[in-house]
Amino acid sequence: MADSTMVTLTIEGREVAVASGTSILEAAKNAGVLIPHYCYHPGLPVAGVCRMCLVEVEKAPKLAAACATSVADGQVVRVYSEKALEARKGVLEFLLINHPLDCPICDQAGECELQDYTFQEGRSQGRSLESKRFNPVEDFGGDVVYVANRCILCTRCVRFMDDVARDPVLNVSERGDRAVIGKFEGQDLTHPWAGNVIELCPVGALLSKDFLNKARAWELDRTPSVCPNCTQGCNTILETRDNTVVRMRPRANIDVNQWFLCDEGRLDYRWLNRQDRVEAPLVRRGERLAGSDWEVAVREAALLLGGRRVVVVASPMMSNETLYLLSKLVERSGARGLFRVTTGPEAPLPAVPDLALRADRAANVRGAEMFGFQRSESPFDGLVSGDVLLLGDDRLSAGDEALLARAGAIVVLASALPAAARTAQVVLPITNMSEEEGSFTNLRGRVQRYLQAKSAPGMSRPGWWVLADLLTALGEPTSVFLASEIFAQMAAARPALAGMSYESLGLRGRLMDGAATGAGAGR
Amino acid sequence: MKVSEMGGVKAPSEATQHAAAADHEPVFTGDRRSRLDELLSRYPTRMAALLPALWMVQEDRGWVSQGAMAEVAELLGLTPAYVKGVVTFYTMYHQHPVGKYFIQVCTTSPCGACGAEDVVAAILRQSGCSQLGSTSPDGRFTVIEVECLGACGFATPIMINDEFVESVTPERVSSLLGKLR
Amino acid sequence: MGFPYPSHRRETPVLSQHFGDAEARALDGWKKRGGYRALEQALGMEPAAIVATIKESGLRGRGGAGFPTGMKWGFMKPGDGKPHYLCVNADESEPGTFKDREIMRWTPHALIEGTAIGAYAIGAEIAYIYIRGEFTEPIRVMDQAVRDAYAAGILGANAMGTGKRVDVHIHKGAGAYICGEETALMNSLEGRRGNPRIKPPFPAVAGLFGKPTTINNVETLAAVPHILTNGAEWYKKFCLSNPKSTGTKLFSVCGNIARPGNYEVVLGFPFKDFLYDLCGGPPPGRTFKACIPGGSSVPIQSMAEAEATLMDYEGFVAQGSMLGSGGVILFDDSQCMVKHIGRLARFYAHESCAQCTQCREGTAWVTRILERIEGGGGTIGDLDVLLELSENMTGKTICVLSDSCAAPIVSGIQKFRDEFMAHITGKGCPLRASAAA
Repeated sequence: MADSTMVTLTIEGREVAVASGTSILEAAKNAGVLIPHYCYHPGLPVAGVCRMCLVEVEKAPKLAAACATSVADGQVVRVYSEKALEARKGVLEFLLINHPLDCPICDQAGECELQDYTFQEGRSQGRSLESKRFNPVEDFGGDVVYVANRCILCTRCVRFMDDVARDPVLNVSERGDRAVIGKFEGQDLTHPWAGNVIELCPVGALLSKDFLNKARAWELDRTPSVCPNCTQGCNTILETRDNTVVRMRPRANIDVNQWFLCDEGRLDYRWLNRQDRVEAPLVRRGERLAGSDWEVAVREAALLLGGRRVVVVASPMMSNETLYLLSKLVERSGARGLFRVTTGPEAPLPAVPDLALRADRAANVRGAEMFGFQRSESPFDGLVSGDVLLLGDDRLSAGDEALLARAGAIVVLASALPAAARTAQVVLPITNMSEEEGSFTNLRGRVQRYLQAKSAPGMSRPGWWVLADLLTALGEPTSVFLASEIFAQMAAARPALAGMSYESLGLRGRLMDGAATGAGAGR
Repeated sequence: MKVSEMGGVKAPSEATQHAAAADHEPVFTGDRRSRLDELLSRYPTRMAALLPALWMVQEDRGWVSQGAMAEVAELLGLTPAYVKGVVTFYTMYHQHPVGKYFIQVCTTSPCGACGAEDVVAAILRQSGCSQLGSTSPDGRFTVIEVECLGACGFATPIMINDEFVESVTPERVSSLLGKLR
Repeated sequence: MGFPYPSHRRETPVLSQHFGDAEARALDGWKKRGGYRALEQALGMEPAAIVATIKESGLRGRGGAGFPTGMKWGFMKPGDGKPHYLCVNADESEPGTFKDREIMRWTPHALIEGTAIGAYAIGAEIAYIYIRGEFTEPIRVMDQAVRDAYAAGILGANAMGTGKRVDVHIHKGAGAYICGEETALMNSLEGRRGNPRIKPPFPAVAGLFGKPTTINNVETLAAVPHILTNGAEWYKKFCLSNPKSTGTKLFSVCGNIARPGNYEVVLGFPFKDFLYDLCGGPPPGRTFKACIPGGSSVPIQSMAEAEATLMDYEGFVAQGSMLGSGGVILFDDSQCMVKHIGRLARFYAHESCAQCTQCREGTAWVTRILERIEGGGGTIGDLDVLLELSENMTGKTICVLSDSCAAPIVSGIQKFRDEFMAHITGKGCPLRASAAA
């Protein structure tokens, strides 16, 4: 905001007070009025080119572009006046004369702003008798394909690459109605955050190659979630079709990821659908692991874990709730609690402060640390023959097999059974993050909830449920039925989480007490 | 099927680009480099020298190739995509080689009212260019229609490379082109 | 007769008095004709006094909008610590207009002198003269003149020995009509696509390179030395009808007229006399059919309107059009208005920068409708569609290019509806049919 002086104006009969310097479009949002627009995006510089947000401002000689016009005290704005509606109807008609109207084969159909606003304010029939302009489809590299015929030249993609990613590989080429979004041959959308142009595109011009032809928008179930693929904790929407995750998209959270999600994060969702899952608790019967039921498996696990030296290797992909109960198990058995993190190069989004694909490629490193687990490059190094290993991490590497063989016994608490842990005595299959409700703590100490997006395979259960039963079997009665109940217990036990509840976290999360400021700072 | 194999899809072709860049003989060496440096001193930003730099490329090479765009981008701290967006905005930069004589005939209304279309037809016929925008088989002429040249009182004005010829009539075309053979 | 011919006795040649005089091009010749005395005088004055004189003279922008020049200069605030720029709009691209071309070709030092005075008056350290790329000869002449002026110490760190710095650079455009729009010109000068900018901020606040900038047309600045030398009162007396329109103005005349060329008359001159007496009326055996008096972007006048016009800013408005850039285009009775209106629309479709939806799509769409009507494929409904599209293209975009495309369409359909109807009902151009018969 330019300054903190407040300005009062009337939009569609509703009085609103906003900071001076606010655009009419943003002020209208505050008043609960969505002014149709294409080129405007709150995360990008104002272009004012689509002219879709034309509104009538009393006493002004011409219609005003709401995105590019600042509010003024006493202004009276009419969004649905006849003049404004006619002008926007005109814009929609212009946008459609060269648009192929190929909605039946367009991935964007159902989530297309050109469809939406045309349905809302456009003509029922176009009047153009002329033939349409044609341009070929172009592979822009990365995950992006450009269908030029559908493009409305709003330039959101160009501005994102220029101003947010600071990697101006897109341009507007040519001029007049020959204009298209262009790039330089050989320089593709390879920036780690380039995939955001797909969501930014209000129409079906920039599409995800990964998602191409996978589903119609209306077939998808959408669940608020958090990206599990690094410690940034970008807010997401997990989209499933028939119980399979088919797309992960950013969900706006100004304090964490604004409107964005990196390519690695968005494209790394297939593991949530992996088919080689353990579907029933397994118990060793001689040479083989045999299917069992939960009661037997938990009892056998408790027998192994009771009394002997225990080493717990947790996973930084586990929820706070699971890690909390796991930490209780570590405490009561005097065990060592460790975890290992896969890492990769960090990739910041330059224009957004403290937003990056983080080097630690796991959701809950901060949570694991908070609950006392120690980060280790080689968590299996110290295993000796008397040890019982409680293995919560299913991402093992080739060298781990020999080390694991040293353990006296292995209890697996994971959603898949790694080859190196085939010698396990007991396997307790748990859900992955898309199949459960839970919370992660991001690198800045922001605790954020995610909801269940699909059903769990077979008999697998959330980790916290299994652990509650295990603790009970070990003589520490732990009775919980809902993730929110464990969260409440956890919040009561940990001063940093004091006062937090699922309700108070909402869908945008809250910072722990005493957490660092920065990304994820804010309320 | 990969997207790049779909019908009508242009795949990103790094190979072509690298080839083009590798083939590119730098424009801004020696004297031209010092001229560019002198130009840069006139402006507070390097970007402002973009149009002049592209003009220097075209003066030297006759057109602005992809390799030249990349070179100019590098010199001015821009990206090649940015430079291409600018090049394609301005109609006077040739993105392809053109004939030895590039002939532009103004056909906007004032000249149109004075018979510019007949001048275009005569030039096309006598230059051997099959159509507007194409180059004659001998590589000598490229003919285009151009929007208002700002010499409307001297209909029909044409430009042959950098030279203006005013008051061209279909009858004058043969002697005009004759001088260029 | 106007240039390229000797002056007509009813012209008032001030800016054009040396057109055709090759000696006036060179620095020595220019000095012999009184050149650079005004600059010398100006550099000895307070900048505010220069601005006041220009305000008092009533000089208005000659590029098309007619904004009072002195007032524009007054928006600049010298001494605010920022760099300031003067842009000279020599992108003359408005169809029908070719006056700045002649000023630069024949009197380059007049423009440099006016530019230097303007730059000094508004506190601009640097002036850029943006000349359209197609003007190869004016660019060569101006380049030479600037070099000569630097060599003679007129420009540079110690302009005319006064210790004051005035820098003038030539910047060559590359083929884009829209760069004549002031903010598009600034973008182009900065090395960008020539896209007009959203206003506010206005150039006087954030213009070229984001700094306070004034932009003036060539003809406007060329008038400045005369005003300083002879005084505001002298200039103000050039006025034949409305006191808000003072001075002489160059009118470029083209199309179907006996003597096309540039004519300089005092504002308020009767348009009918201008067309028939000075310019010699229609070509032999023809009659005028229509007139576009201010460059292709202004509404078309019927001849009745044109002949009732007094040639000043208010006079053209009173007769359904605008003075614009002073580019007068005549069409005679052999011309098809449908074809020419379509051709003008094609011009705007070609030149649209592609930013605003209405302009990018609208200019191309109306062109195709007009071309279809001209070709015999029109329907009665097309005219209503054209008028509605024109309405949707007017007053709704960042700049006025799409308005300019719509203006001749609306006025053309209003004033020449019969011709449109003849094309539609006769499935083609009646003029072509009668020529073939």
